Amino acid sequence: MKLSEIIKKLDLVVLNAANEDEDIKSAYASDLLSDVMGNAEAEELWITMQTHKNVAAIASLKDIPAVVLINNGKPDVDMLEHANLENVAVLVTNLACYEFCAKLYNLINCEL
Amino acid sequence: MEYLFEIEGANFSVAGNASSTIKRALKQRNVDPAKIKRIVVALFEAEINVVAHADHGTIRVLIEENQVQMFVKDYGPGIEDVDLAMSEGYSTASNSVREMGFGAGMGLPNIKRNADVFEIESIKGLGTNAHIIIYL
Repeated sequence: MKLSEIIKKLDLVVLNAANEDEDIKSAYASDLLSDVMGNAEAEELWITMQTHKNVAAIASLKDIPAVVLINNGKPDVDMLEHANLENVAVLVTNLACYEFCAKLYNLINCEL
Repeated sequence: MEYLFEIEGANFSVAGNASSTIKRALKQRNVDPAKIKRIVVALFEAEINVVAHADHGTIRVLIEENQVQMFVKDYGPGIEDVDLAMSEGYSTASNSVREMGFGAGMGLPNIKRNADVFEIESIKGLGTNAHIIIYL
Protein backbone atom coordinates (compact mmCIF):
# COMPACT_ATOMS: atom_id res chain seq x y z
CA MET A 1 0.00 0.00 0.00
CA LYS A 2 1.25 3.45 -0.87
CA LEU A 3 2.52 5.49 2.06
CA SER A 4 0.26 8.36 0.96
CA GLU A 5 -2.80 6.16 1.44
CA ILE A 6 -1.68 5.08 4.91
CA ILE A 7 -1.08 8.72 5.86
CA LYS A 8 -4.55 9.67 4.67
CA LYS A 9 -6.50 6.77 6.10
CA LEU A 10 -4.80 6.78 9.51
CA ASP A 11 -4.76 10.59 9.85
CA LEU A 12 -0.98 10.80 10.21
CA VAL A 13 0.67 14.19 10.59
CA VAL A 14 3.55 14.54 8.14
CA LEU A 15 6.50 16.47 9.58
CA ASN A 16 8.76 16.56 6.53
CA ALA A 17 8.74 16.05 2.81
CA ALA A 18 7.70 12.41 2.90
CA ASN A 19 8.30 10.13 -0.02
CA GLU A 20 4.64 9.27 -0.22
CA ASP A 21 4.98 6.97 -3.22
CA GLU A 22 6.83 4.34 -1.17
CA ASP A 23 5.09 0.99 -1.19
CA ILE A 24 4.62 -0.29 2.37
CA LYS A 25 3.90 -3.98 2.87
CA SER A 26 4.52 -4.34 6.57
CA ALA A 27 5.69 -2.60 9.72
CA TYR A 28 7.87 -3.15 12.76
CA ALA A 29 6.98 -1.77 16.19
CA SER A 30 9.79 -1.45 18.73
CA ASP A 31 11.51 1.06 20.98
CA LEU A 32 14.67 -1.02 21.31
CA LEU A 33 17.07 0.15 18.66
CA SER A 34 19.12 -3.04 18.44
CA ASP A 35 15.87 -4.96 18.00
CA VAL A 36 15.08 -2.79 14.98
CA MET A 37 18.68 -3.09 13.72
CA GLY A 38 18.54 -6.85 14.03
CA ASN A 39 15.00 -7.68 13.02
CA ALA A 40 13.24 -4.98 11.01
CA GLU A 41 13.20 -5.36 7.24
CA ALA A 42 13.78 -2.80 4.54
CA GLU A 43 10.69 -1.00 3.28
CA GLU A 44 8.80 -1.51 6.51
CA LEU A 45 7.21 1.29 8.49
CA TRP A 46 8.86 1.70 11.90
CA ILE A 47 6.52 2.47 14.78
CA THR A 48 8.17 3.84 17.92
CA MET A 49 8.11 6.31 20.78
CA GLN A 50 11.82 7.09 20.44
CA THR A 51 12.35 10.62 19.11
CA HIS A 52 16.13 11.15 18.94
CA LYS A 53 18.54 11.42 16.04
CA ASN A 54 19.67 7.80 16.09
CA VAL A 55 16.15 6.79 15.02
CA ALA A 56 16.65 8.60 11.71
CA ALA A 57 20.15 7.11 11.37
CA ILE A 58 18.88 3.56 11.91
CA ALA A 59 15.91 4.04 9.57
CA SER A 60 18.32 5.17 6.87
CA LEU A 61 20.78 2.31 7.49
CA LYS A 62 17.94 -0.22 7.33
CA ASP A 63 16.26 1.36 4.27
CA ILE A 64 13.15 2.04 6.32
CA PRO A 65 11.28 4.77 4.41
CA ALA A 66 9.15 6.14 7.24
CA VAL A 67 8.98 6.32 11.02
CA VAL A 68 5.69 6.73 12.89
CA LEU A 69 5.91 8.41 16.30
CA ILE A 70 3.10 7.25 18.54
CA ASN A 71 1.25 9.22 21.23
CA ASN A 72 1.85 12.54 19.46
CA GLY A 73 5.63 12.09 19.82
CA LYS A 74 7.73 15.16 19.05
CA PRO A 75 11.04 14.46 17.31
CA ASP A 76 14.20 16.21 18.48
CA VAL A 77 15.30 18.93 16.06
CA ASP A 78 18.35 16.94 14.99
CA MET A 79 16.23 13.82 14.37
CA LEU A 80 14.08 15.76 11.92
CA GLU A 81 17.13 17.35 10.27
CA HIS A 82 18.81 13.97 9.86
CA ALA A 83 15.59 12.42 8.55
CA ASN A 84 15.35 15.17 5.93
CA LEU A 85 18.93 14.56 4.89
CA GLU A 86 18.41 10.80 4.61
CA ASN A 87 14.97 11.00 2.98
CA VAL A 88 13.19 9.30 5.87
CA ALA A 89 9.60 10.40 6.42
CA VAL A 90 8.66 11.35 9.99
CA LEU A 91 4.98 10.82 10.72
CA VAL A 92 2.99 11.31 13.91
CA THR A 93 -0.14 9.65 15.26
CA ASN A 94 -2.12 10.57 18.35
CA LEU A 95 -2.82 6.89 18.93
CA ALA A 96 -0.93 4.64 21.34
CA CYS A 97 1.14 1.79 19.92
CA TYR A 98 -1.44 -0.99 20.22
CA GLU A 99 -4.24 0.97 18.59
CA PHE A 100 -2.07 2.28 15.79
CA CYS A 101 -0.65 -1.17 15.03
CA ALA A 102 -4.13 -2.70 15.01
CA LYS A 103 -5.45 -0.10 12.58
CA LEU A 104 -2.41 -0.35 10.34
CA TYR A 105 -2.57 -4.14 10.32
CA ASN A 106 -6.22 -4.09 9.29
CA LEU A 107 -5.58 -1.47 6.65
CA ILE A 108 -2.65 -3.29 5.03
CA ASN A 109 -4.12 -6.77 5.28
CA CYS A 110 -7.59 -5.85 4.03
CA GLU A 111 -5.89 -4.35 1.01
CA LEU A 112 -3.91 -7.51 0.21
CA MET B 1 40.03 0.26 0.36
CA GLU B 2 40.64 1.36 3.93
CA TYR B 3 38.62 3.66 6.16
CA LEU B 4 39.49 4.91 9.63
CA PHE B 5 36.92 6.40 11.99
CA GLU B 6 37.62 8.08 15.30
CA ILE B 7 34.74 7.43 17.71
CA GLU B 8 34.04 9.72 20.61
CA GLY B 9 32.52 8.18 23.74
CA ALA B 10 29.05 9.35 24.80
CA ASN B 11 28.51 11.37 21.63
CA PHE B 12 25.39 9.72 20.27
CA SER B 13 24.73 12.52 17.80
CA VAL B 14 27.39 11.18 15.41
CA ALA B 15 26.84 7.48 16.14
CA GLY B 16 26.07 5.78 12.87
CA ASN B 17 28.30 8.00 10.72
CA ALA B 18 30.85 5.24 10.14
CA SER B 19 28.13 2.74 9.22
CA SER B 20 26.54 5.23 6.89
CA THR B 21 29.86 5.94 5.11
CA ILE B 22 30.61 2.23 4.68
CA LYS B 23 27.09 1.51 3.46
CA ARG B 24 27.49 4.13 0.71
CA ALA B 25 30.92 2.76 -0.25
CA LEU B 26 29.61 -0.81 -0.50
CA LYS B 27 26.62 0.28 -2.57
CA GLN B 28 28.95 2.05 -4.98
CA ARG B 29 30.90 -1.19 -5.35
CA ASN B 30 27.65 -3.03 -6.12
CA VAL B 31 28.06 -5.41 -3.21
CA ASP B 32 25.14 -7.81 -2.72
CA PRO B 33 22.46 -5.90 -0.70
CA ALA B 34 22.03 -8.87 1.67
CA LYS B 35 25.74 -8.66 2.56
CA ILE B 36 25.54 -4.89 2.94
CA LYS B 37 22.70 -5.36 5.44
CA ARG B 38 24.78 -7.74 7.54
CA ILE B 39 27.86 -5.50 7.46
CA VAL B 40 25.84 -2.42 8.38
CA VAL B 41 24.15 -4.11 11.35
CA ALA B 42 27.48 -5.41 12.71
CA LEU B 43 29.28 -2.11 12.20
CA PHE B 44 26.50 0.00 13.69
CA GLU B 45 26.35 -2.16 16.81
CA ALA B 46 30.13 -1.94 17.16
CA GLU B 47 29.95 1.84 16.81
CA ILE B 48 27.22 2.09 19.43
CA ASN B 49 29.20 -0.07 21.84
CA VAL B 50 32.16 2.31 21.68
CA VAL B 51 29.92 5.38 22.11
CA ALA B 52 27.90 3.82 24.92
CA HIS B 53 30.72 2.28 26.95
CA ALA B 54 34.13 3.72 26.11
CA ASP B 55 35.92 7.00 26.50
CA HIS B 56 36.94 6.88 22.85
CA GLY B 57 37.98 4.45 20.18
CA THR B 58 38.72 3.78 16.53
CA ILE B 59 37.14 1.64 13.87
CA ARG B 60 39.20 0.59 10.87
CA VAL B 61 37.30 -0.92 7.98
CA LEU B 62 39.02 -2.77 5.14
CA ILE B 63 36.92 -3.43 2.07
CA GLU B 64 38.69 -6.21 0.21
CA GLU B 65 37.92 -8.32 -2.83
CA ASN B 66 36.36 -11.21 -0.95
CA GLN B 67 35.65 -9.84 2.51
CA VAL B 68 35.06 -6.82 4.68
CA GLN B 69 37.13 -6.63 7.86
CA MET B 70 36.34 -4.35 10.78
CA PHE B 71 38.82 -3.66 13.57
CA VAL B 72 37.20 -1.99 16.55
CA LYS B 73 39.48 -0.70 19.29
CA ASP B 74 38.21 1.16 22.29
CA TYR B 75 39.66 2.70 25.42
CA GLY B 76 37.03 1.97 28.00
CA PRO B 77 36.18 -0.10 31.03
CA GLY B 78 36.71 -3.41 29.23
CA ILE B 79 34.40 -6.40 29.42
CA GLU B 80 34.77 -8.45 32.57
CA ASP B 81 33.16 -11.60 31.26
CA VAL B 82 33.04 -11.78 27.47
CA ASP B 83 30.89 -14.95 27.40
CA LEU B 84 28.32 -13.30 29.63
CA ALA B 85 28.37 -10.12 27.51
CA MET B 86 27.71 -12.22 24.41
CA SER B 87 24.53 -13.64 25.89
CA GLU B 88 21.23 -12.15 24.74
CA GLY B 89 19.77 -9.63 27.18
CA TYR B 90 22.88 -8.98 29.26
CA SER B 91 23.95 -5.34 29.40
CA THR B 92 25.92 -3.00 31.63
CA ALA B 93 24.64 0.14 29.87
CA SER B 94 23.68 3.18 31.93
CA ASN B 95 20.07 4.24 32.46
CA SER B 96 20.41 7.21 30.13
CA VAL B 97 21.67 4.92 27.36
CA ARG B 98 18.76 2.54 28.01
CA GLU B 99 16.25 5.37 27.83
CA MET B 100 17.41 6.02 24.27
CA GLY B 101 16.50 2.44 23.43
CA PHE B 102 20.05 1.11 23.48
CA GLY B 103 21.51 -1.19 26.12
CA ALA B 104 19.04 -4.03 25.68
CA GLY B 105 21.82 -6.59 25.57
CA MET B 106 21.28 -7.27 21.88
CA GLY B 107 24.30 -5.54 20.37
CA LEU B 108 26.97 -8.23 20.63
CA PRO B 109 24.51 -11.02 19.71
CA ASN B 110 23.51 -8.95 16.65
CA ILE B 111 27.16 -8.70 15.63
CA LYS B 112 27.73 -12.42 16.15
CA ARG B 113 24.64 -13.34 14.14
CA ASN B 114 25.74 -11.24 11.18
CA ALA B 115 29.49 -11.87 11.21
CA ASP B 116 31.34 -14.78 9.65
CA VAL B 117 34.18 -14.24 12.09
CA PHE B 118 33.84 -12.34 15.37
CA GLU B 119 36.62 -12.21 17.94
CA ILE B 120 36.79 -10.07 21.07
CA GLU B 121 39.69 -9.43 23.40
CA SER B 122 39.20 -7.28 26.43
CA ILE B 123 41.30 -6.15 29.34
CA LYS B 124 39.43 -4.82 32.32
CA GLY B 125 40.21 -1.17 32.91
CA LEU B 126 41.96 -0.74 29.56
CA GLY B 127 39.55 -1.46 26.76
CA THR B 128 38.27 -3.85 24.16
CA ASN B 129 39.42 -4.97 20.72
CA ALA B 130 37.03 -6.65 18.33
CA HIS B 131 37.69 -8.12 14.91
CA ILE B 132 34.75 -8.75 12.62
CA ILE B 133 34.88 -10.35 9.17
CA ILE B 134 32.02 -10.72 6.73
CA TYR B 135 32.78 -12.60 3.52
CA LEU B 136 31.51 -11.13 0.26
